Amino acid sequence: MAKTIPVKIKRQDTPHDGSRWETFDVPYESGMNVTTVLQRIAANPMTAEQQSSTPVAYDACCLEEICGACTMVINGRVRQACSALVDDLLQEQADSIELQPMTKFPVVRDLVVNRQPMFNSLSKVKAWVRVDGYHDMGSGPRVSEATQEEAYPLSRCMTCGCCVEACPQFNDHSPFIGPAAISQAILFNSHPTGAVDREDRLAVLSDAGGIADCGNSQNCVKVCPKEIPLTDSIAKAGRDTTLYKIRQWFGR
Amino acid sequence: MAKQHVVVVGGGLAGLAATMRLAEAGVHVYLISMVPVKRSHSVCAQGGINSVNNYTRQQGDSEWLHFDDTVYGGDFLQHQPLVKEMCDWAPRVIDLLDRLGVTFNRTPEGLRDQRRFGGTMYKRTAFAGATTGQQLIYALDEQVRRWEADGLVEKFEYWDFLGPILDDSGRCRGVVAQDMFSMETRSFAADAVVLATGGCGLVFGRSTMSMICTGGAAGRAYKAGVKYGNGEFVQVHPTAIPGTDKLRLMSESARGEGGRVWVPKKPQDDRDPRSIPANERYYFLEERYPKYGNLVPRDIATREIFDVCVNMGLSVEQDQLCAYLDVTELSPETQKKLDGILEIYEKFQGADPRQVPMKIFPAVHYSMGGLWVDYEKNTTTGGLVLGSQRNQQSNIPGIFVIGEADYQYHGGNRLGANSLLSCIFSGLIVAPSIENMLHSFSAGNAEDQPISLFDGAVKEHEAHADRLIKNQGSENPYQIHKELGDSMTRNVTVVRNNDDIKSTLAKIEELKDRYQNVALSDTGDWTNQNLSFTRALGDMIMMARVIAQGALQRDECRGAHFKPNFLTPPMDADDPAELHKQAQRWCKAFKEKNDRWLKSTIAEFTPDGPKMSYESVDTSLIPPRPRTYGLKGAEIIDEVWREMGAQAKTEQQAGAGTAN
Ligand SMILES: Cc1cc2nc3c(=O)[nH]c(=O)nc-3n(C[C@H](O)[C@H](O)[C@H](O)COP(=O)(O)OP(=O)(O)OC[C@H]3O[C@@H](n4cnc5c(N)ncnc54)[C@H](O)[C@@H]3O)c2cc1C
Ligand code: SF4
Ligand code: SF4
Ligand code: FES
Repeated sequence: MAKTIPVKIKRQDTPHDGSRWETFDVPYESGMNVTTVLQRIAANPMTAEQQSSTPVAYDACCLEEICGACTMVINGRVRQACSALVDDLLQEQADSIELQPMTKFPVVRDLVVNRQPMFNSLSKVKAWVRVDGYHDMGSGPRVSEATQEEAYPLSRCMTCGCCVEACPQFNDHSPFIGPAAISQAILFNSHPTGAVDREDRLAVLSDAGGIADCGNSQNCVKVCPKEIPLTDSIAKAGRDTTLYKIRQWFGR
Repeated sequence: MAKQHVVVVGGGLAGLAATMRLAEAGVHVYLISMVPVKRSHSVCAQGGINSVNNYTRQQGDSEWLHFDDTVYGGDFLQHQPLVKEMCDWAPRVIDLLDRLGVTFNRTPEGLRDQRRFGGTMYKRTAFAGATTGQQLIYALDEQVRRWEADGLVEKFEYWDFLGPILDDSGRCRGVVAQDMFSMETRSFAADAVVLATGGCGLVFGRSTMSMICTGGAAGRAYKAGVKYGNGEFVQVHPTAIPGTDKLRLMSESARGEGGRVWVPKKPQDDRDPRSIPANERYYFLEERYPKYGNLVPRDIATREIFDVCVNMGLSVEQDQLCAYLDVTELSPETQKKLDGILEIYEKFQGADPRQVPMKIFPAVHYSMGGLWVDYEKNTTTGGLVLGSQRNQQSNIPGIFVIGEADYQYHGGNRLGANSLLSCIFSGLIVAPSIENMLHSFSAGNAEDQPISLFDGAVKEHEAHADRLIKNQGSENPYQIHKELGDSMTRNVTVVRNNDDIKSTLAKIEELKDRYQNVALSDTGDWTNQNLSFTRALGDMIMMARVIAQGALQRDECRGAHFKPNFLTPPMDADDPAELHKQAQRWCKAFKEKNDRWLKSTIAEFTPDGPKMSYESVDTSLIPPRPRTYGLKGAEIIDEVWREMGAQAKTEQQAGAGTAN
């Protein structure tokens, strides 16, 4: 018989229900990833105990680790399901694969969580460049190669949530906006036009839920799939807010 | 009068561009999307976005040449006024993106860097690392978030568009959509509806597209009466990485930066590819197309890779069709520019492409066809009348279509890096058209329509969902999807033969019947993904029929549509006089072919299947000419074709003279 892999999944029917574990034996295919596993389960939702179940709800879109949709906790580590290869997972933990939803957001169903708070944080820090309008006004400001090389990594943040999942300070009772939003604030402050809203962003970072809530444990930077230098952004945010507060103090 | 609203369905590049422009004009927008807009399929685009720029201008490039490359690459199947206007605006579109903070790559002087893409001789493509689509969509997403904070945009993310609402006169008055979490179905009254719902790659099972690219939304509009144009034109990208869930793209930029495609001359040579000496490698694109080399247009690269692997039996591997795409010889600096895409290969294949050549094979990639839209031509410039209500409006008043979901701009074949451009361009120009339409309304607004119109539409969709949920059949929707994809990929992609297409059409009929018997494994009323998928599957089966029927009827070769049985035989004579004669015959055949087939396929929904008709194409600005990439005697064909054109003109003038 072909090899099967036991896949243990933490399931929850609605936001108000409790959770339970179900195991599915999924036939192994070479090169398969966790999204393929979930597709196979959807096509045949039969548990290892031969009980018919429902397809497992999960988020996915691009399947190439660029949209951020499919983040979940896989074998205890937060990451994207589409880039988690079964072969690698079996090397980490030979006997089975275990899937759980992220814990820092309300569960919608099964592996789907509601990450709206992350998008709200982006609004809070005005993560945009406030241009005059969309009519033709010529090209943007000149940008040196060095500046582009600093900005580009930050601009790859796909709001996937790995960093906040790993952050001990982020949870649904705390107002902390989290490392991704802090890093975006720094990105837009460093843009020549984006800097127009610099003081507003620093005000948010200086306020409750801002930079002071970061305990500097550096978990975030270790789990970011895009290798965004979050702790550099956090350090910069620390310096900039200090100066901002001094300015405020003198201004008063 | 009640407040006016616009619904934008889809928050990829096209939908976001339209939304931000509408909001800027003070129009209130409901933005509806199956996924959070920031996660739309557009994030996948890697390579870049085209426009003429100061650098290429100095080498003789112009907006006109960009336009020319686009229509030549598309085998003249697009209405030229739209393409001309798009290419004229392209530099300004890139400027705008630059102002919005897109982290385009820079030259040492701080200017935007460019690379070369397929189907052109110029370095027209601006890029941001290897994640251009992601960077562009983020810039637009940020602008839309800004308008959302100002209250002009209301987002409905994780909502599935189920269909438009038409009043008795046939005008669109809004849409019905379903919350994919709570499964609530509701109506949105709107004075204009913009569909920006992307392509339909999932009709082919696996493709380079994202999971949401089912074409379901387009199918629902088609079923409601929007015409569908050029469905059979589907681009197959030459270089994708085979995978179990998706065929991941290896961007053309790999070749743009110098990557080379080859296979070992010895079939399934099992040596380490790096140890195979140059003279034992077959660089078939470079040998067959010396002028463009590895950067021939996509349809040609695809067919050549297919030919070498399938017909010549030179696939690198025995049990899996593939060729090498080799960037190992590029300098580390050049490789660095490709980091983003090389990482994808490394991540999903577990091998480092900087060290070992990548294994690639063609995959379905882009839908040139789509929902039919109109335009208004500016007779002075040859471009568009900007702000005309006809621009991007479908045959149903009040429904506009933009982005990959429409059938315009790319004709028979899309050039690389032209799609991000057409998406943003069509999104930007649709806004003033809608604004003018809103101002011109004399009749009541959508919100003034009787409640029964909206409630009736909601009830209809609820009943449809209910039928699917209660169905007591034995068919598995995922199995049907797999069979559909397999048959479409086998018979309706790279090489098309009528008998094969007919067998796929028969298969589609079978699947359509079996679909009536489909059983859901989830019948719940909370976040039921099984229901959304199965509903979309019904639309995919319908759209597969449109695509296959169009392919069957079009007995010619054009762009991505390749039917070997209808190929004008290539020239083979060595004697110059004979070659010239052959060229004349070739050109005559080419003219006859254009007289018959230089037309858009138009499909209209009927319960018995698509009703097909053909629409003539506006080629008034650049007369069609043979696409002769790599043909033997290409120059002679070009010359004979010019002579024939000149002669036709003289005859016409002479004719006009006698008539006077
Ligand atoms: C891998 C890859 C790489 C590419 N690289 C390039 C490149 O380098 N250069 C280039 O020019 N082009 C490239 N393309 C093509 C280009 O990315 C796409 O054509 C373009 O992004 C399409 O954008 P769009 O706005 O039309 O739609 P999409 O980005 O596909 O967005 C569709 C939107 O519609 C929504 N939607 C769909 N159905 C529904 C529904 N039923 N209800 C509600 N919402 C719905 C989705 O949620 C989404 O928001 C590439 C394509 C692929 C596949
Ligand atoms: S460094 Fe700060 S933001 Fe990062 S994980 Fe630690 S507490 Fe959270
Ligand atoms: S910073 Fe990294 S981990 Fe955090 S959301 Fe962005 S991409 Fe994900
Ligand atoms: S599906 Fe987009 S990151 Fe995994």
